[in-house]
Amino acid sequence: MITATLVSPTVGAAVKLRRLSRLNRWTIGAVLAAILVFIPIGSVLLLSLGDSGDVWPHLIGTALPEYVGTTLWLLLGVGVSVFLTGVTTAWLVTMCRFPGRRIFEWLLLFPLAIPAYVMAYAYTDLLEYAGPVQSSLRALFGWQSARDYFFPPVRSLGGAIMFMGLVLYPYVYLLARSAFLEQSVSVLEVSRVLGKGPWQTFKTVSFPAARPAIVVGVSLALMETLNDYGTVDFFAVYTLTAGLIDVWLGMGSLAGGAQIASSMLVFVILLIVLERMSRRHQKVYQQASSRFKTLPTYSLEGWWSALAFGLCALPVIAGFVVPVLVLGQLSIVYFDRSWTPEFKSYALNSLTLSAGAALVALLVALFIAYARRLREGRVLRVATRAASLGYAVPGAVLAVGILIPFATFDNALDAFMRNWFGVSSGLLLSGTVVAVMFAYVVRFLAVAVGQVESSLEKISPSVDMAARTLGFRAGQTLIRYHLPLIRGGLLTAVMVVFVDCMKELPATLLLRPFNFETLATYVYRFASDEMLGEAALGSLTIVAVGLLPVAFLSRMISRSRQLYPSPSTGDA
Amino acid sequence: MRSGCRRCRLVALLLVVWLMGLTGSLAVGAQEEVNVYSYRNPQLLEPLFAAFTEQSGIKINSVFISKGMLERLQSEAENSPADLIFTADIGRLTDMKAAGLTQSVDSEAISNNIPAQFRDPQGHWFGLTSRARIIVAAKDRVPFGAVTRYEDLADPKWRGAICTRSGKHPYMTALIASMIAHQGHEESRKWLMGLKRNLARKPQGNDRAQVKAISQGECDIAIINHYYMALMLSDPEQLAWANSVNVIFPNQSDRGAHMNVSGMALTKHAPHRDAAVRLMAFLASDEGQKRYVDDNGEYPVTPGIPWNDLQRSWGPFKQDTISLTAVADQRAAAIRLADEVRYDH
Repeated sequence: MITATLVSPTVGAAVKLRRLSRLNRWTIGAVLAAILVFIPIGSVLLLSLGDSGDVWPHLIGTALPEYVGTTLWLLLGVGVSVFLTGVTTAWLVTMCRFPGRRIFEWLLLFPLAIPAYVMAYAYTDLLEYAGPVQSSLRALFGWQSARDYFFPPVRSLGGAIMFMGLVLYPYVYLLARSAFLEQSVSVLEVSRVLGKGPWQTFKTVSFPAARPAIVVGVSLALMETLNDYGTVDFFAVYTLTAGLIDVWLGMGSLAGGAQIASSMLVFVILLIVLERMSRRHQKVYQQASSRFKTLPTYSLEGWWSALAFGLCALPVIAGFVVPVLVLGQLSIVYFDRSWTPEFKSYALNSLTLSAGAALVALLVALFIAYARRLREGRVLRVATRAASLGYAVPGAVLAVGILIPFATFDNALDAFMRNWFGVSSGLLLSGTVVAVMFAYVVRFLAVAVGQVESSLEKISPSVDMAARTLGFRAGQTLIRYHLPLIRGGLLTAVMVVFVDCMKELPATLLLRPFNFETLATYVYRFASDEMLGEAALGSLTIVAVGLLPVAFLSRMISRSRQLYPSPSTGDA
Repeated sequence: MRSGCRRCRLVALLLVVWLMGLTGSLAVGAQEEVNVYSYRNPQLLEPLFAAFTEQSGIKINSVFISKGMLERLQSEAENSPADLIFTADIGRLTDMKAAGLTQSVDSEAISNNIPAQFRDPQGHWFGLTSRARIIVAAKDRVPFGAVTRYEDLADPKWRGAICTRSGKHPYMTALIASMIAHQGHEESRKWLMGLKRNLARKPQGNDRAQVKAISQGECDIAIINHYYMALMLSDPEQLAWANSVNVIFPNQSDRGAHMNVSGMALTKHAPHRDAAVRLMAFLASDEGQKRYVDDNGEYPVTPGIPWNDLQRSWGPFKQDTISLTAVADQRAAAIRLADEVRYDH
C-alpha cells in the first residue's frame, strides 16, 4: 500500500519505481501471453516465406480474380446481413415491449449453436432440385424440369451469404444487446426529455454508444466468414480460403497456401486499422452506477408490435427451427445407423475441451485487456491485435502453424533429454489434447478479447482512480470493482467461445490424439462423404449441448443489469 | 471475494492436474498395438481392424486426418507415433514417398498377393483395393450404348446433360491425370473444355449427389466411383437413385476403365514395425481382401478373390493398366488444367 504522505526525494523515487514495476508486471505478462498466442500465426507467416514455385503466376492467370471477387462479395453480403439482423433484433428486444419479447431474448441466440456447415447441409437437403420443397412445387404446378421454372440455386454465392448470415448474426446480436443493456438510463432519459423519439434516440444515443461492440460483432462475423472452408466448399463457392486449400493440398505447395493466408491476414489488419482510425476521437463512458434502473422501454402497439414480432421471429425460424426440424426428421429415419454408445464419450470430450479452452481464453483476454487499461501503449496495442489474429486464419492452416512449433519444441526437448539423461521424452505436446486446446484458445481469443475490451471500455477511468486513492493495487481493483461491473460481458465471452469450440472442426481433426473424437469430428465422418442422414443425429447433439450454456447464460446476461434491484417500480 | 483467491489457486491446481491427465498418451501396458493415420473414413476401415484385433490380439489406434497429415508426420519426425498410413487414392501415397516419410517393406506374403502394378516398385506403398471410375446414365433418357468412352462425354450432343463433382476433387483429378498421361496435355484440355460445356449445373456435391440429380431429372449422365452403387443400393432413401441409372465401364474397346487405388504405407520411424507389418499382411491376405469386397463393395487387388453379387452382375471388365505412378505424376498438371478451363465455375 502506498501512502500519499510527504516523503524525502529518494524514498519518493523508490516509491515511484515500485509503482512502475507493479504496472510493468502486467504489461510484461500481457505481452508474453500475446506472444505465446501469436506463435502459430507467426509460423504461418514464416511458412509463407518459402518458395511456392510458379503457383502465383498460375493463380493470377486463372482463378485468383474470382477468388478475390467472390470473397469480397461474400464479406459484403454477410456483413450487411448480420449487421441489419443483429442490431435490429437486439434493439427491439432490449428497448421495446411487444408480445413474445421475453422469449425472443434468448431464442434469438439459438442459431449460434448450429455449426455453419450443418446449416448448409440441412438447407441444401431441403431446397435443392431433388429436395422436398422443389419436388412439391414441381408436383403442384406440373413443371417437368429445371428449364420450366426459376428457383434460386441453394449452392451459390447468394445461398452462402444467406446461410452464413443466419449462423453468424448472433455475434452481433449478443454484443449489441450487451451494449444496449449497459446503456446509461440517465442519458436515455435526457434524450427523451429533449423530445427525441425512438428512432432519433437510437441514431444519436444508443447506436453510437453501442458502436464499438457492434463493430466487434460484425468483424467477428466477417473473420469467421473469411476463414470458413466447410460451408463454402459444400456450396461450391470459391473464396480465397478454398483457393488456399487447393494450393496447399491439391498443388502440394504449403508455402503457396501460407502466402494466401498471409495476404488474407494483411487484409484483415488493414480493416482493423481503418476501423480504429474512424473511432480515434470517440470516447464514450457510461455511468458505472451501482443502482441500475430498468431501461425506459417503448411500448409497441398494433402493426408495429406485429412487425417487431415478425422481425424477431424470422431469424429464429430460419436459423434454428427449420434446420432442427430437417435434422430431426433425418435423425429419426437414420437413427439405427447413427446411434452409437460412444456418443457420451464424444460429448464429454467436446464439453471438457470447450469449457477448458473458454476459461483459459477468458483469463488471457482479461489479463491482456486489463493490462492495456492500466497502461495504454503502442506495444500492448500491437500485442493485442496480433493475439487476436488467430480468428482470421483458416483452421487447418492455423493447426499446421501450431504443429510445427510444438513438434520442434518436443523434438528439441527429446534430443536434449536423450543427450543428457539417455531417456526419450517423446512427443509431449503435439498429438495431445493440449495442442487442441491451445488451438482453440488461439483461434477464439479474438472473441473473448473483443467482448472483454468493449465491456471494460464502458467503465470510466474515475473508478480506477478512486480505487487507487483508496490504496488498492491493480489486481485488487480488477477483482473488487471491475469484474462485478462487467460480469455480463465476461459471461458472454465465455459462452460464445464455448459454443465456438464445440463446433470447431479443422484444427481438431489435425491435432488430436489417437482414438479421440469430439462431436464435431464424429459428425464430420459422415458429413465429409455427404451422408447427411447419418450426420444428423450427431449434429443435433452438438446443437443440444451448445444450447444449454446459450440459454443459461442469456438469462444471466439480462439479469446482470439487476445487480442491485432498484426499489422504484420499473416497467416489465 | 478475497478468499476467492485461495479457491482460485485450488482451481488452478486442479486444472493443471486434469490437464496432465489428459496429456497422458504414454504407452501403458505391454499390449502390442499399431498406430494408424488414415485419410480414409473410419467406418470403412473399422470392420477390418476389428477382425484383425480379434484374431491377433493387437490393438489398433487410429486417427482420421483429412487435411495436413503430411505436415503432421513431417513435423513429428523421428518421434512420430504413427506406424501406418492409409489413403483413399494414389496421390497421397506417392506424395508420402516423395516426402521421405515412408519405409520399404520387403514381405513375400504381401508382394505375392498384390500385383506389381498396384504397388510401389521399391516397396514403399501398397494398393489394397481398386475402384473404377464409371459412367452412369439415366435408364430412360440415355439409350444403352450411346456413351461408351470418357471421350464421348465431350461430344456436343450431350450439352446440358452431364453432372460431376468438383474437378479438383482427388477422384476427378486422378481421372484427368490419366487422360493427360494417355493423350497429352492439349487433347485433354480439349476434352475437359468439352465436358465443361456439357455440364447441366456447376460442379457440386459428391458422387452420390450426381446420381441423385440424375434420378430427379436434373441431368442424364454422371461419373462416379463404382462402389457408391453398392452403398446406395443398401440405403433405403438412396435405393431409388441407384435404380434409375445404368452402369457403364468406359473405354472397354481401347485402354480400359480408369482405376484408382486405396492403399497403405509403413512410416519411416514406425515404433511398432513388426505389429504394423502383420496388419499389412492381414489386409493384403485373401481374408482381408475378401472383407474389402464384402464390406465396402470395392474391387480387390489380389487376383482370384471372389466378387460380390453386384460386381458379378456387372461382369468382368477391362481395366486401364497404366502405371499408377505415371498417373500420379500428372496430378499437378490436372489441377492446373481444371483451373485453366475454369471447370468449377
